Amino acid sequence: MIDFSRDGVAECLLRLYDERVEIEGFQKGVPRWCAGCGDNAVLAALQRLLRDEGLRPEKTVFVSGIGCSSRLPHYMNTYGFHGIHGRALPVAEGIRLARPDLNVFVNTGDGDSFSIGAAHWLHAIRYNMRMVVMVHDNQIYGLTKKQASPTSPRGTKSNTTPRGSYLEGLNPLTVTLGVQNVSFVAQVADWIPEVLYDVIQAAFHHDGLSFIRIVQRCPEWMPDNFDRWLHDPAKVTLLHHPTSLSISPALARLYPNHLEHDPSNIHRARELASVQDPVPIGILYHDPTVPRYDEILRADATHSGTAVRRLLDAEFDKFAVQGGGTRV
Amino acid sequence: MTTTSESVPLPGAHPAGAGAQVTTVPEHVVEIISDSGEGAQRCGQSFGAIAARTGNGVWTVEIIPAEIQPPARSVAGASGNRVRLGSSRITNGGDAADLVVAFNEQVLLGRVHANELKPGCTILLESMWRAHRNPSIAASYAEAFDALVASGYRVVEVPMERECRKLVPDTRRGKNMFALGMLCSIYRLDLDLARDQVALTFRKKTRALIETNTRLLVAGYEWAREHLDLAFHIPAAPAAQDQVVLNGNMALALGVVASGMEVCSMYPITPATSASHYLSEIFPKVGGVVHQAEDEIAACTFAIGASYAGKCAVTITSGPGYSLKQEAIGLAVMAEIPLVVVDVQRGGPSTGQPTKVEQGDLLTTVFGSHGDAPKVVIAPSSIEDCFYSVITARRIAETFNMVVVVLSDASLATAQQPFPRPEFDPAWLAPPVDQSQVPEGLAPYAWDETTGLSRRFVPGQPGGMYTLTGLAHDTAGSVAYDPDANEQGLHARSLKLAALQRTLTTPTVHGDESGDLLVIGWGSTKGAIEEAVDRARDDGLRVSSLHLRFVNPLPSGLKEIMDRFGRVMTVEGNWGDRPDDRIIDESNRRYTALAMLLRSRYLVDVDCWSEVGGQPLKPGRVHRVITRKLGRS
Repeated sequence: MIDFSRDGVAECLLRLYDERVEIEGFQKGVPRWCAGCGDNAVLAALQRLLRDEGLRPEKTVFVSGIGCSSRLPHYMNTYGFHGIHGRALPVAEGIRLARPDLNVFVNTGDGDSFSIGAAHWLHAIRYNMRMVVMVHDNQIYGLTKKQASPTSPRGTKSNTTPRGSYLEGLNPLTVTLGVQNVSFVAQVADWIPEVLYDVIQAAFHHDGLSFIRIVQRCPEWMPDNFDRWLHDPAKVTLLHHPTSLSISPALARLYPNHLEHDPSNIHRARELASVQDPVPIGILYHDPTVPRYDEILRADATHSGTAVRRLLDAEFDKFAVQGGGTRV
Repeated sequence: MTTTSESVPLPGAHPAGAGAQVTTVPEHVVEIISDSGEGAQRCGQSFGAIAARTGNGVWTVEIIPAEIQPPARSVAGASGNRVRLGSSRITNGGDAADLVVAFNEQVLLGRVHANELKPGCTILLESMWRAHRNPSIAASYAEAFDALVASGYRVVEVPMERECRKLVPDTRRGKNMFALGMLCSIYRLDLDLARDQVALTFRKKTRALIETNTRLLVAGYEWAREHLDLAFHIPAAPAAQDQVVLNGNMALALGVVASGMEVCSMYPITPATSASHYLSEIFPKVGGVVHQAEDEIAACTFAIGASYAGKCAVTITSGPGYSLKQEAIGLAVMAEIPLVVVDVQRGGPSTGQPTKVEQGDLLTTVFGSHGDAPKVVIAPSSIEDCFYSVITARRIAETFNMVVVVLSDASLATAQQPFPRPEFDPAWLAPPVDQSQVPEGLAPYAWDETTGLSRRFVPGQPGGMYTLTGLAHDTAGSVAYDPDANEQGLHARSLKLAALQRTLTTPTVHGDESGDLLVIGWGSTKGAIEEAVDRARDDGLRVSSLHLRFVNPLPSGLKEIMDRFGRVMTVEGNWGDRPDDRIIDESNRRYTALAMLLRSRYLVDVDCWSEVGGQPLKPGRVHRVITRKLGRS
């Protein structure tokens, strides 16, 4: 029974205030990422988001695979699942299906998602189960010490491609936008924290799978990789639209290129996704009406012992031989 | 169930068949074989079900070609069913066939060459080929017919095609029910019961189709009554208890429901998939979900995710899929996530023989996944056991936070057998997801010193936040860079297996408690081995058998049992080197899987015999092995 009296409401508000978890409450340990690693920015944005959204730490799960990005759950004071290489998405799908009450976040990298786990990436987009998927794309394998990744630009010198990588890098945005049931696609850069935060927040409120490609600096192995974007604000296009994000005046002064882009327009989204120069930052595509596989599967999910008994009885009746040899 | 209005011919109403001398026999092995797609399997399954419902002991075996549509009239294309029916309980497919219904002579020759027919076996052969417009077909039919007769088979030509054409334009869809009618007549089974079974078999089809099939059934029944001087009676000894007739994969699926699991994630693979087909049909009725994942690895990790979130899940596969899941299974072992994995074994290695029987996955399930990854492996030994093993597996998985593998095989998957109707027990079900507060200071891997057990932390439990990892971790779940912590984890996970082992009961010996020879088996071969032992004991041999359901951990008391026998050998369906091969000796002989496990654990000189022919083990084969082993022949 909810107490709507003045005292009752006051007490309720006080309790909410008491239970509110501050940023420190979501922090755990000292991140072991390199100084200047873009993963730190993602971690900070997420801890802020959890506080702002008032999420309960015990009701929140961060799922990851293997790689630098995938260490993130270790630094969140929530439940975390640091699994095996490439398989963060199916693990997160299982969690989502079993527990609609949990907040599910996935932190993965370009090797984890676009190489060893590539099949899961495409199918996760198609399943459109509610979760926020962040791909920390630094265009290199970091934890295993510098090997070319699927998104490494052609010519990337690495320990496995000492003469420069042979192939053009894969564009994860155009691929994602080509998958049936895609419902939320965004691109952000770790060095623009305001957009990073706003996009993750919008993604969290999206009723489906939100896919965020985070352009992430790796100062250790790819120190100059994003310099062209980092040092020249004219090489960045900030996306805005009345139905998605707005650009703050401060940010608008820093980045001269603004583009009003309606995120419901998938054809335009695909065009933008294929542009690298200037790089589009913001929400490329958003369709809140795409059906969620987790909801479809759980449409009539009411598990009970009575239901099990009834079903077993019905099935056994179908295949029964009655004692004494006469049929049922 | 309503029945159609056709009149049933009364006994004695027609001359030949109705008045036929009825021979009473204790059991018969019947085969129905056709080209793929002609429905012989459906005929055989229905025949088995009718006999079971009459009160006969029944075991059916599917005869499956490797291809979906092998060429018509090919020796390798035989598709159908073997039905062994008897007065008492039947536990395996038996030896050679007593009566065969064949839709063409080529598929029949396949069975003849494979020595699946008893000498003098009765063959009901479709006669349409004799006058076929293609002279080479007509010639090959005539040649085969003459050869079969010359070999002593009793071949009866039956104009199935001609008779069925009176009722349906396409006999590829219908001849099977005509054959079913004939068999019901020959074995004096109740036609009303057969009608009822036809309605059940085609329950998902239209009413018109059920009626057509019923007319074909009755036509076959009446034709046989009128024209066949052939009648057998297998006295039925109905069980006192209610029975259900299921195949192994259906029993597995019902076990999943009964265990209270709510999530099954799978990827299609022969011969496991039919379990998921059936589960997909029934699971939503209890709020369960079958997720067909994008691949085997996703199927396994999806199940792991669901289990981690509090609902123990199952993934169902066969050998190649199991190999793909190995890394994920290791994660579940390492992070102590309950998980049930069903492996319906097929011939291996690699793609191997997808539709054929083999027990080749024992060692890979016991030892598989890199590093030390202790898992529980349960091998059901009958259709009934397929049902209960899943319930047991779920309970062990959640009690010990372990991976439990249920090791079925292609033989159990499609074989049908009646067994006592299970009585639902609420204790089978999984408890609700534990969302209670974690006491302050309790760590997720606070391993008990004696048992290695720790509380299962589930998201949603306040105070229990930790990051699960597949990396070596300490009791807090934090990544352990210190080798001692890793050793502590290895120790605890191994103790859990020992703790489970302490709860297992010693299996009972079939036959005397001591003797000259103990035959040990595991999994689907139980029926054939025990029947062979019974025959050998009737011959006066001092042989007993022991059948293992838990293959990892092995229950205690096995050494003591083995010590009471002069010799011990396993009978298995996986490769073991043949000691009479010229370059094989004790220094290089590779023993079969269970023999290897028993030899290494108990230091007992366990011999082994195995067969990897892809067919269910026959009691006659085992009988000969026992006889030879004990120096008689």
